[in-house]
Amino acid sequence: MEMINLTIDNKPVVVKKGTTVLEAATSIGIHIPTLCYMKLDDLNIENKPGGCRICVVEVKGRRNLAPACCTDAAEGMEISTHTIRAINARRTVMELILSDHPSDCLICAKSGNCDLQDMAHRLGIREIHYKGAQSMYREDTSPAIIREINKCILCRRCEMMCNEVQTVGVLSAINRGFDAVVAPAFEMNLDHSVCTYCGQCVAVCPTGALTEVNNTAAVVRALYDPTKTVVVQTAPAVRAALGEEFGMEAGTLVTGKLVAALRRLGFDYVFDTDFAADLTIMEEGAELLNRLGRHLQGDPDVKLPILTSCCPAWVKFFEHQFPDLKEIPSTARSPQQMFGAIAKSYFAEKLGKKREDLVVVSIMPCLAKKYECGRDEFAVDGNPDVDYAITTRELASLIKISNIKFTSLPNEDFDSPLGESTGAGVIFGTTGGVIEAAVRTAYELYTGKDLPRIDFHELRGMEGIRKATIDFNGLPLNIGIAHGLGNARQLLEEIRAGKSSFHAIEIMSCPGGCIGGGGQPYHHGDADVIKKRQMAIYKEDSNKTIRKSHENPYIKKLYEEFLGKPLGHKAHELLHTQYFDRS
Amino acid sequence: MNKITSLADLKKIKDQVQSKIKLRENSDVADTLVQIRVGMATCGIASGAKETMNFLIEETEHLAIDAVVTQTGCMGYCYAEPTIEVTLPGKEPMVFGHVDKVKAREIIDRYIIKGELVDGIIPASYKTIDEK
Amino acid sequence: MAEYNTQILICGGTGCKSAESDEIGNVFKDLLNEYGLDDDVQVVVTGCFGFCEKGPIVKMMPDKTFYVHVTPADAEEIIKEHVVKGRQVDRLLYKDPKTKKSVSDSQHMDFYKKQIRIALRNCGFIDPENIDEYIARDGYMALGKCLGEMTPEQVIDEIKKSGLRGRGGGGFPTGLKWEITAKVKGDQKYVVCNADEGDPGAFMDRSILEGDPHSVIESMAINGYCTGATKGLVYIRAEYPLAVARLKTAIKQAREYGLLGTDILGSGFDFDIEIRYGAGAFVCGEETALIHSMEGLRGEPTFKPPFPSESGYLGKPTNVNNVETYANIPVIINKGAEWFASIGTEKSKGTKVFALAGKINNVGLIEVPMGTTLREVIYDIGGGIKGGKKFKAVQTGGPSGGMLTNDFLDTPIDYDNLISAGSMMGSGGMIVMDEDDCMVAIAKFYLEFTLEESCGKCSPCRIGNKRLFEILERITEGKGEEGDIHKLRILSEVIKDTSLCGLGQTSPNPVLSSLSHFMDEYEAHIKDGRCPAGQCKALLKYEVVEEKCTGCTLCFRNCPVGAITGERRSVHYIDQSLCIKCGVCFEKCKFDAIVMV
Repeated sequence: MEMINLTIDNKPVVVKKGTTVLEAATSIGIHIPTLCYMKLDDLNIENKPGGCRICVVEVKGRRNLAPACCTDAAEGMEISTHTIRAINARRTVMELILSDHPSDCLICAKSGNCDLQDMAHRLGIREIHYKGAQSMYREDTSPAIIREINKCILCRRCEMMCNEVQTVGVLSAINRGFDAVVAPAFEMNLDHSVCTYCGQCVAVCPTGALTEVNNTAAVVRALYDPTKTVVVQTAPAVRAALGEEFGMEAGTLVTGKLVAALRRLGFDYVFDTDFAADLTIMEEGAELLNRLGRHLQGDPDVKLPILTSCCPAWVKFFEHQFPDLKEIPSTARSPQQMFGAIAKSYFAEKLGKKREDLVVVSIMPCLAKKYECGRDEFAVDGNPDVDYAITTRELASLIKISNIKFTSLPNEDFDSPLGESTGAGVIFGTTGGVIEAAVRTAYELYTGKDLPRIDFHELRGMEGIRKATIDFNGLPLNIGIAHGLGNARQLLEEIRAGKSSFHAIEIMSCPGGCIGGGGQPYHHGDADVIKKRQMAIYKEDSNKTIRKSHENPYIKKLYEEFLGKPLGHKAHELLHTQYFDRS
Repeated sequence: MNKITSLADLKKIKDQVQSKIKLRENSDVADTLVQIRVGMATCGIASGAKETMNFLIEETEHLAIDAVVTQTGCMGYCYAEPTIEVTLPGKEPMVFGHVDKVKAREIIDRYIIKGELVDGIIPASYKTIDEK
Repeated sequence: MAEYNTQILICGGTGCKSAESDEIGNVFKDLLNEYGLDDDVQVVVTGCFGFCEKGPIVKMMPDKTFYVHVTPADAEEIIKEHVVKGRQVDRLLYKDPKTKKSVSDSQHMDFYKKQIRIALRNCGFIDPENIDEYIARDGYMALGKCLGEMTPEQVIDEIKKSGLRGRGGGGFPTGLKWEITAKVKGDQKYVVCNADEGDPGAFMDRSILEGDPHSVIESMAINGYCTGATKGLVYIRAEYPLAVARLKTAIKQAREYGLLGTDILGSGFDFDIEIRYGAGAFVCGEETALIHSMEGLRGEPTFKPPFPSESGYLGKPTNVNNVETYANIPVIINKGAEWFASIGTEKSKGTKVFALAGKINNVGLIEVPMGTTLREVIYDIGGGIKGGKKFKAVQTGGPSGGMLTNDFLDTPIDYDNLISAGSMMGSGGMIVMDEDDCMVAIAKFYLEFTLEESCGKCSPCRIGNKRLFEILERITEGKGEEGDIHKLRILSEVIKDTSLCGLGQTSPNPVLSSLSHFMDEYEAHIKDGRCPAGQCKALLKYEVVEEKCTGCTLCFRNCPVGAITGERRSVHYIDQSLCIKCGVCFEKCKFDAIVMV
């Protein structure tokens, strides 16, 4: 490995060839400010258009200032990061950016979480010397995402996410010069585009230009409506991230406090989507075994591999991009929707209430869930199975509004019966988790033997595409895992070309799975945050006494009392769905 | 069109097509070439100047003499039409009268190629604009 | 082959074409047919002669008679007089603006006297749609020589020795660029011709492609041989339909002759060229933006390094040169590097093509040896300032360049001199300004251009140029503020220092150079509310000179907004709050009683 010697602010530093000036500076404790730049280590996600010009530094011998984020360190380079020229340039550029940005920080959805606001503070901007016209664009509201493009600073992070990571290609820069802006083609609305609502654009937006549709007010109204019984479900990934909103270390599990907070907010029943995750495994696992069995018997019509269907952005993605493959994914509904269907049938019956009297709220790490719960097929006579989906961030806001001191809350337990879950349900929150949960159950159902081990480390990790072969008592089961839709696309292209050797594939739209979802607390470009959440999820799993979905006693009871058996008539009606060609 | 498959081929083609632009190329270096101006006013044309001119063009081409043959207006020697003016590189212009094909042949062979004087020279009675 | 005694060359450049040169050609052909002269006289449509001011131009060969402003109706007279009787049509001859006398041929026109045509050698001389005419002028000989007699290293060495520098504006040594691309390893390499000419008023590259497309094709093939590329791409703006059509024809003919394709001239070397169309974005002249545009991406630049020679089109090593640079190559190979290097100055060799425009008599396309002074270009070739007005400045380098004043008229033009004078060579736009031009308004004009042409990727260019423009706009509207000049300076420096690509790094140059040469004009606008050149409408005021006003009411009757009041035979008065400064009163007044102040 070739090494490079250079000095930064007179400090000598030795770095590997290919290291940027920014990385070299960071390695010796020099913190050059960046705005458009973003790098998520281990996820292979990097945005460095070199557009904002905040990270400019002086390089001895060069005519112009150089952007530290995309200048490679070179032998003998002499870098100065805080000369009067560099500071003046950086501050002037910042003033220019602010001169084309609404100054409504006090009431902006992103206030306190805004990278632009932080940078203005950090650079000590107290006056904008160059005032002038500001870009004006209409606001675009979709079922999940709001685009308030006046606040766009052209960092292009969303564009990179949408095109390079997700390969969805909705957002890109359009127009030229001062009118340049990131938007769908022809400035169409998002809901007329092929947007999957994965929300990764929102997750990386440094300003308030892209935010989620906020449903908290509707939830509060339901909570204070005496005629309604309000049931809440919380997704697995929420408990691994919510603490961050209250200043807790990333990766802190807050399951007990989360339940306590929801109870204090006034929800009548605090349940867990993990329960529905276990239910999903029952259905999806059965489907896998069914298809596998037929395949082994030589049925030529059977579709393999089976693809998971928990992720609504992924579902919308293949409906737009791979409609020819729409028979391949499992027909099992997502845990959110299974929960809603069961809550408004089985649980409503238990309460002796009509489904209209129940309001089901879900707390999700996800923006696409807002869209999913509004899909027509998930409603009965216009009454949706899930009424409102709010994000981890929105929940934090509700907790704050309701004068609850989160960090001091006691740990409380979920309500029964829909709050009881296994470790298999929890790991739905991370990439690889759904397929691991499915393997735990399918193995035992298929082989009739106990699993020799529960942890399948070969299915875990952060690589975008992972492959493993699990021995099902002599039957080698080929498993594929993809997170990020661009990675999913690679596996789908293989299937389309008839070259896929997998039996089952798990797909999650967001990098890292739901822990990296578009509705989670902002990671601000720090991939460690996502990795710590993943560790928390596996910790929660190993803490559970029951770690296989089919061993969940409440799931068994649900089948006995209500559903019959997996893939049975009632299960089919309530827990399965169909897909549409949206191309 | 046949493909050109070698440099030699290309040079051959060049020689073949050279004539297409020779007229223009020579005008750039006219001073170093034989310049022949043919009086082509009404009287000149009437007495066969056009045939003379064509003959001169064909013959100089045929003999590979680098010559620029241009037409010009009335030279004022109507009695001696067709008249032509021949300027050899570095020499004074010479005007010849009654230049039919036979005469033209003689002018080419003797004056232009060998530099010998031939009969029929009309003494210059004016200066051209270029000389002033 | 028929031997013609006369050839009628008709300019088929875009300028002359739009002034009916096609029609003139057709009329000539019909008339020749009618007079039975088909076999004696040939009509040739050529590329641009350069003297666009006087177009459409018809040149008679071999006597070089140069007819200007020719209309289809003039064709018959030219045939009857010039062709049949050998008499020049005096009224169509070019009149020397100094002596007012007719000039019989192009050799004696000042416009051509100081020019040396290397890149334009075939423009206005050959029929660009006939490959044979190009071959007759040593066309493809250089390619043949390279393939047959020289190694790629020798060719690159020859180009290096010639001292040729990039003609697109940057001035990077061409041979060195080729060498870098040649040395980078790659399974596939590309040769790109940058024909995305975008400077306002510039048409050097267009004229070369229209007048001599084969020279570019030949040169790209030579580059392919040197660098190891087998594919060539010409990125040309779709707004150049004639250049596109002629280039297409040329590529087709070259393929038919086997001068493009496989095993060229039996050498085993394969090379072919494709055309890619640009949508006329100025920023796509920047090589990384150009490459992204060809890749189907948004036309915006990326940070260099990596340079295209290492990672260009589709990530492959790519050599990008501009049209004019390529047009020089065959001549260098044929005549030798030494010959080429003998022309020009110490560090800038050869010639440069300029598009001469603005307040100058001879608007047109010229090619002069490096080292020619601005004075020679403006006064000798350009024939001086229109209407005998006073010269104020000349803008070189287009919107990225600077203004050069009287003090620089004797500066020999080359890359380095122009930079030290505060401007740049650019691609060859040269716009002359006279005493009637307001320099603040000119700076604003250029800023408006860059503002529209910026891709918007980096903040200093996207927002900074907008702010610069806004400040200039308010100064020209008489709303300039104390401190604006300081802001212009600081902001300009930061934009130059921090922008991503050459567009932003040079966009404030017109502001900075007008500030350094014409500070008095800025101050007059801001402090006195006055535009010294009388160009800034908002700062104009029309007033009635009481002593001269006869009370004829003509101004009163013509004022479109009723801003003028007054009784018959008494002095009139202009209400400044209503006046829209249209100038109608000023034009109508027969007694000079209305003045502009």
